[in-house]
Amino acid sequence: MNRNDYDTDVTVFSPQGRIFQVEYAMEAVNQGSACVGLAAGEYVVLAALKRLPSKLATHQRKLLPIDEHLGVCISGLTADARSLCKYLRGECLNHKYVFGSELPVGRLMSGLADKMQECTQSYVRRPYGVGMLVAGADKTGAHLFQTCPSGNVYEYKAHAIGARAQSARTYLEKHYDGFAALAAAGDKEALLLHALRALASCTEAEEELSVDNASLGVVQVGSGFEVVDGTSMAPLIARLADFNPDPPAAAAAAAGTAADAAAADAADEDDDMAMA
Amino acid sequence: MAAAAMAPKLSASSSTAKELTTHPIVTGSSVLAVKFAGGVMMASDTLASYGSMARFPDVQRLRQVSDGVIIGASGEMSDFDFAMRLLDELRVESECAEDGAELDAGEVHHYLTRVMYNRRNKFNPLWNQLVVAGTKDGKPVLGVVDQIGTAFEADFTATGFGKHMAVPQMREHWRADMTEGEARELLEGCMRVLFYRDCRTINRMQIAKVTATGSVVSPAYSLDTEWSLKSFKKEASPEDGSW
Repeated sequence: MNRNDYDTDVTVFSPQGRIFQVEYAMEAVNQGSACVGLAAGEYVVLAALKRLPSKLATHQRKLLPIDEHLGVCISGLTADARSLCKYLRGECLNHKYVFGSELPVGRLMSGLADKMQECTQSYVRRPYGVGMLVAGADKTGAHLFQTCPSGNVYEYKAHAIGARAQSARTYLEKHYDGFAALAAAGDKEALLLHALRALASCTEAEEELSVDNASLGVVQVGSGFEVVDGTSMAPLIARLADFNPDPPAAAAAAAGTAADAAAADAADEDDDMAMA
Repeated sequence: MAAAAMAPKLSASSSTAKELTTHPIVTGSSVLAVKFAGGVMMASDTLASYGSMARFPDVQRLRQVSDGVIIGASGEMSDFDFAMRLLDELRVESECAEDGAELDAGEVHHYLTRVMYNRRNKFNPLWNQLVVAGTKDGKPVLGVVDQIGTAFEADFTATGFGKHMAVPQMREHWRADMTEGEARELLEGCMRVLFYRDCRTINRMQIAKVTATGSVVSPAYSLDTEWSLKSFKKEASPEDGSW
């Protein structure tokens, strides 16, 4: 039969050198709804697509503020994310108590990576089934990190995780070069619109971005992390249709890349309601 | 009652009783510090006294914590060494991260405040008055914290006997736009008066400065002094006393 003999606990390698439990946990991240992040100049912007667990439910929260200078966007098991957020908040609070300042984001990330990695090395535990995009600003600048159930942490200029995230990544790759100028000009709105545009490519077939199913977060060096959603996001959603970042010549090429992205996402399976 | 009689007696002289520091042993006297335009300057002598004896004449009481932070200490010198070791451990840990997010003077001051107050709550204080000088976001920072955790920031400050002898002079002469030269002149003037009046001071001092570009602690040097002033002369009549 096709039964996998090497995936019953996290301490066993397969003959190919893989640890399946960790890979399954990473798949949980891919099944969660999409999160987009981009860092430019002194800004980091997060955007998330919220899911309805059922038609009578409210949307699941995806963007969680951690500290004044820091916020995260989650994809995967919401309960695991809440547990990790509790740790992050504790660390930030502790640093503030001892040093009177905000914890540098990179330091926090290496602590978090260690915490997540420990679960991949012990028989009695399971990996965290959540990936996060972490946006923060400290005295070394603005940073965007991605965490992974494997215990890896990566720093990105722009990234997207979750279901159908490949099309958002394609969008970000295509437009990233323009972000620095927008950031330098202090055009926060344009960066937010770019994030929304990237997120819009991750929606399900019939789904449109709205004030209900999207949320945005932005952090700037020197001013805190701010969640932009609900009514405060309405003007941005209204502008989204008219927001055309492509120069006319590039617009034709854009149609081609969108088709590629759609093909790359064809492998994505149906969404599990337990995931956010 | 039999049970009460069996209970062990508690006494301070019991060999199991733990005795904490109740007074400092090897002490340093005043530390003076002032902000000037673009930085902070600090001064102290190099004496560590053993009671009233001038026991160690060449002790550095101003130390560099990092490029941008200098600390000066009055009080128990062994406790000062301990506090500096804590900061050194933090610095090593921080440098290992290699992210350029080193602690600034505001953070060092805040940290020391927590350490000092925590130790006082264990009734085992670090018996020091610490002065932290440095920069934070390019602006000068001057902070003080003592052995019970009292902490504040100031434009100029002094610890030990300097609180009585030097602060009045600083109040009179300090200005926010002082040049480095003027700040040095003020500190040396205060140190000279302290040398005349404070019996736990010697005529051998160091001066340190921190600006946005970095910090320097000078080698020890002597101040010129003038002892022929009339008020230093012993009066003929014993009833008049000296000064």
